[in-house]
Amino acid sequence: MLVGKTHVYGDNIDTDRIIPGKYTKTLDMSQLAAHVLEDLDPEFRHRVQSGDILVAGENFGTGSSREQAPIAIQAAGISVVVARSFARIFYRNAINIGLPVVEIANHTIENGQQLEIDLKTGAVTNLAAHETYQARQMPQVMIDILNEGGLVNYLKQHGTYKGV
Amino acid sequence: MGQTTVEKIISKHAASSVRAGDLAIVDVDGVMATDATGPFTIKAFRDMGGIDLWDAERVSLILDHATPAPNERISNLHQMLRDFANESGCHFYDVGEGICHQLMVENGHVKPGDLFLGADSHSPTYGGLNAFAAGVGSTDLAAVMLTGKTWLKVPETIRIELVGQLPKGLTAKDMILFLVGQIGIAGATYMAVEFTGEAIRDFTLASRMVLANMVAEMGAKTGLVDPTNLELWYDWEATYPDDDAKYAISQTFDVSQLKPQVARPHLPSHVSDIDVSQGKKIQQAFIGSCTNARLEDLQMAARVLKGKKIARTVRLLVAPASRKIFNAALADGTIQILSDAGATFLNAGCGPCVGTLGGIPADGEVIISSTNRNFQGRMGNPNAEIYLSSPAVVAASALTGEITNPADILNGNTDWEIL
Repeated sequence: MLVGKTHVYGDNIDTDRIIPGKYTKTLDMSQLAAHVLEDLDPEFRHRVQSGDILVAGENFGTGSSREQAPIAIQAAGISVVVARSFARIFYRNAINIGLPVVEIANHTIENGQQLEIDLKTGAVTNLAAHETYQARQMPQVMIDILNEGGLVNYLKQHGTYKGV
Repeated sequence: MGQTTVEKIISKHAASSVRAGDLAIVDVDGVMATDATGPFTIKAFRDMGGIDLWDAERVSLILDHATPAPNERISNLHQMLRDFANESGCHFYDVGEGICHQLMVENGHVKPGDLFLGADSHSPTYGGLNAFAAGVGSTDLAAVMLTGKTWLKVPETIRIELVGQLPKGLTAKDMILFLVGQIGIAGATYMAVEFTGEAIRDFTLASRMVLANMVAEMGAKTGLVDPTNLELWYDWEATYPDDDAKYAISQTFDVSQLKPQVARPHLPSHVSDIDVSQGKKIQQAFIGSCTNARLEDLQMAARVLKGKKIARTVRLLVAPASRKIFNAALADGTIQILSDAGATFLNAGCGPCVGTLGGIPADGEVIISSTNRNFQGRMGNPNAEIYLSSPAVVAASALTGEITNPADILNGNTDWEIL
């Protein structure tokens, strides 16, 4: 069960605003975290605390295939990203690095609210608004990858894809 | 019930025949990563316990995003890729050879009917030659390097039929910008796009690649261009959809009245006829990227700029898509025309498009660019504005210092084939 405070943003948050291309040429996670969401909200990286939840509208993570985008979010301490919908490469990348992503088509989550998320059932409770939402079901292969903590561990464990 | 092109190609690579919505584990024909995504790919490959590549012949690494290296941090990442290529025996393209997508096609690493993955979001470009190609992140790519396989969900397909004759002087870029505007920035998310119709039958390979390239800006997984009349320099087999294939959406667009298209800041889908943006003052004009930096793109710019000088208030930057294209443009005089007009040449690569090297705009500046994305900060400065267009519009705008319809420069005489 994940519990955390929300940081809410809008629709079409692209990967350039999640982590600008000029900062992506590094393997240093702390450097990525230092510039996360810089052009969207320069204060975010100072405000965010470990375990917080990032919330967005439609098409979160549109644009580039850079895995640095979910890595920067994860390295900044975010425990899970909730959005009405995700761009496909970002969604896959997040699962592959073990960052949970939760798609709720009709959420009305506001900034600073406390959420409780059960990744197993997909039940999301908005403790502040006393509302519950149901997340979209993920394919089993993604649940398996997430349960192993990401695709690196999954393949270390299984050697290849064990099935879909 | 018949199959779409994508269902056919994926079926060929899976254990059984598949339909949209099925999940499948597939054999991958080839992969590539760049200096932007390659370092994390290699790290993930090693962390997975990877020692030998599944097939070194099917793996390519390309230095194109920040080349030549602007600082020691990036040169060390380049060296990491060079070392990995030396040890593993995979294909390697060093600084200045060109943009990954152009190199994969030029060098035959991807062919019609292939299932190819690139650690770059514009990998659907290879749909221009009728391949299934999708962009993935570093870890997904590392998994293919280890296993030769990936998992995917077979996408539904949007069929786009383009009818009528594209007006003279208009380009594949005008067509795809128009379509991105129509379909929307997320209108094809998780889907495949099939382009067909009389309006694209005679398109060159380069123009077909422009169409497929920007399905990324509709959110699509892949995009494929009807291979009718496609000419390649090797033997190949076309894949066509069945007549009774099932499409999620089927739309027809008549392009015979199309005007030059421009995408306004800060979304590639903020597209309108050039009339809306005409007259907007610009300070930088860029012809480059995996979208529009091929020979025909440089030639159309030369056609607009021949014997003229760009405005004193404008910097025109040109980065060809590959060394081969640069050499061809040298040989046919295109480079001379552009240079005489005042163009500044950058090496073949991605730099200015993605804000990693060269041509970073100042605060408040406006750029007209032949690239594919105009997100805020895309070119390295969040306080600049990026407009997207065809190379012809970029060239015309560089001449006047404001967004300009090339037909106004050429008095309507816009036949790109005559230099």
